[in-house]
Amino acid sequence: MEMKQFSSEPPSASINYSEVVQSSSFQQLMREKRRFILPFSLFFLAFYFALPILTSYSKVLNTPAIGSVSWAWVFAFAQFIMTWTLCMLYSKRAARFDEMVEQIRQEAKEGGNV
Amino acid sequence: MHGLAFSLFLVIVALTLLITYFASKRTKTTSEFYTADSALTGWQNGWAIAGDYMSAASFLGIAGMIALTGFDGFFYSIGFLVAYLVVLYIVAEPLRNLGKYTMADMIAARFDDKKVRGVAALNTISISIFYMIAQLVGAGGLIKLLLGIDYVYAVLIVGILMTVYVVFGGMTATSWVQIVKAVLLMAGTFIISLIVFAKFDFSIVKMFNEVKTATPLGESFLNPGNKFKNPLDTISLNLALILGTAGLPHILIRFFTVKDAPTARKSVVYATWIIGLFYVMTIFLGFGAAAFVGYDKIVAANPAGNMAAPLLAEALGGDFLFAFVSAVAFATILAVVAGLVLSAASAFAHDFYNHIVRQGQATEKEQMLAARWASVGVAILSILLALFAQKMNVAFLVSLAFAVAASANLPIILLTIFWKRFNTAGAITGMLVGLISSLVLVAISPNVWAPEPGVAILVGEPIFKLANPGIVSIPLGFIAAVLGTLLSSKKQDDKKFDEILVKANTGIRDFTH
Repeated sequence: MEMKQFSSEPPSASINYSEVVQSSSFQQLMREKRRFILPFSLFFLAFYFALPILTSYSKVLNTPAIGSVSWAWVFAFAQFIMTWTLCMLYSKRAARFDEMVEQIRQEAKEGGNV
Repeated sequence: MHGLAFSLFLVIVALTLLITYFASKRTKTTSEFYTADSALTGWQNGWAIAGDYMSAASFLGIAGMIALTGFDGFFYSIGFLVAYLVVLYIVAEPLRNLGKYTMADMIAARFDDKKVRGVAALNTISISIFYMIAQLVGAGGLIKLLLGIDYVYAVLIVGILMTVYVVFGGMTATSWVQIVKAVLLMAGTFIISLIVFAKFDFSIVKMFNEVKTATPLGESFLNPGNKFKNPLDTISLNLALILGTAGLPHILIRFFTVKDAPTARKSVVYATWIIGLFYVMTIFLGFGAAAFVGYDKIVAANPAGNMAAPLLAEALGGDFLFAFVSAVAFATILAVVAGLVLSAASAFAHDFYNHIVRQGQATEKEQMLAARWASVGVAILSILLALFAQKMNVAFLVSLAFAVAASANLPIILLTIFWKRFNTAGAITGMLVGLISSLVLVAISPNVWAPEPGVAILVGEPIFKLANPGIVSIPLGFIAAVLGTLLSSKKQDDKKFDEILVKANTGIRDFTH
């Protein structure tokens, strides 16, 4: 299909999405996103559920860590540190995703025949 | 008696009405009404998300729970925060890229089907109304305690104010009320936390040492297990907290108020910092109340512990701090219910009226009228339900809202953006099974049934033993969506999925920018 007609067409009709999906730059974006999001999501879910599972089924976290502050509280505070850290890591990584998106947009603009 | 508190309430009312007045001048089109014309910046929306999310239940409820049960109350703080990683990693950006005004828009971007949109809208309305009844009943009780105003009038005052914000100021007024409230809440909580911390000589260890002897629970106050005795119920609650947030419609619509996915992402990052700092401070509120107000006085004021934070403020800073914290709690309620009215009203007016009844052909003017009347209708319905529920313990409605959001909305959002084979039959069965299973499980749970009279709404042995249905209803929602897809003969459209994949991940819609 030719990509010469612009304004009069409804916007989405001018993009061949299947072609974009098959382009190497889009495939790379999906790969990099998956490589980040999947392992980190599994990590934070495991880290998060470890706390209620440990407190419900054992007493190991009731031992003191610093003074009266038990390991349960240390682990609880660690959930906050974990959340903020993963938040910033993603935010940094996503800046690279944005650059890749910009490239995909350029390629789609040039006609999608990549 | 609480003259100062009353004046500060009036200040809050005046301030929010002023915001609404200015917002009303910028609320002429549907885009302005539903999304503040997508013109909010990342940090504005970050504060607004925080203001939309940190309800009176988190502020007063968690502070009270920590004061009375120690560690277990803090589970809520953790779950409410970590949930934002699900929002950030998986939901916020695709939602912004695919949707327009409502969550149903996102699902409809893939399945252009009236039934799918209708069921998605039904879920949005159910979740928002459950959540709102819990907020309004809590608000009525709270204002009665703080100001001595009768429950009925208290609910009416909150109900009328939220209606005025939304009807006249739409999303712009709602957003700014939420931003102002979030700033006030953070300031109030910070001041109290600082005073509490100073009283413990700025030593965490000293604080923990002293609360150990301050409550009737003694040493076990610091250990988990005072409130949550059933391990499965605890895990079920945690599941609903972490997965439900990313399916709450009043949170999801906030992502349409910014211009693109990168800005939506930034707003979640800001929100995560603000919300996290707030929930860390709930420890100071809870421990402070346990140490300086005392168990007996907290329970005497309200058995659930909801007065712990205001009483702590009074103990630390006298009448002024009490009045200030009460006013902050009031602002908190207003900001949250306004967001809820808007999300339910947009499902009525945009999804049901414009897309289903009018086939998407309603004019701007008709849509605006529908949106305003839907807001009034939602508000009246919620006020009536809240008046009817005055004597009931409706705190469980918040966990019901989270459970429905996690069981009915999240599976559909995930499968829409990630699963190529997913189809309309799967979307409809998934949403309905998620909704109905949560409702039925709660209806036969200890929230509703208790063998002794007066403990729950009805007297009898609960059939389902868990107070939180998530551990059963969330898997059911996913399984139903998958089975519904696999068992139906309907063919999915690969081209459509390619389009969704590209749009969700890149936001590319046209070549104009």
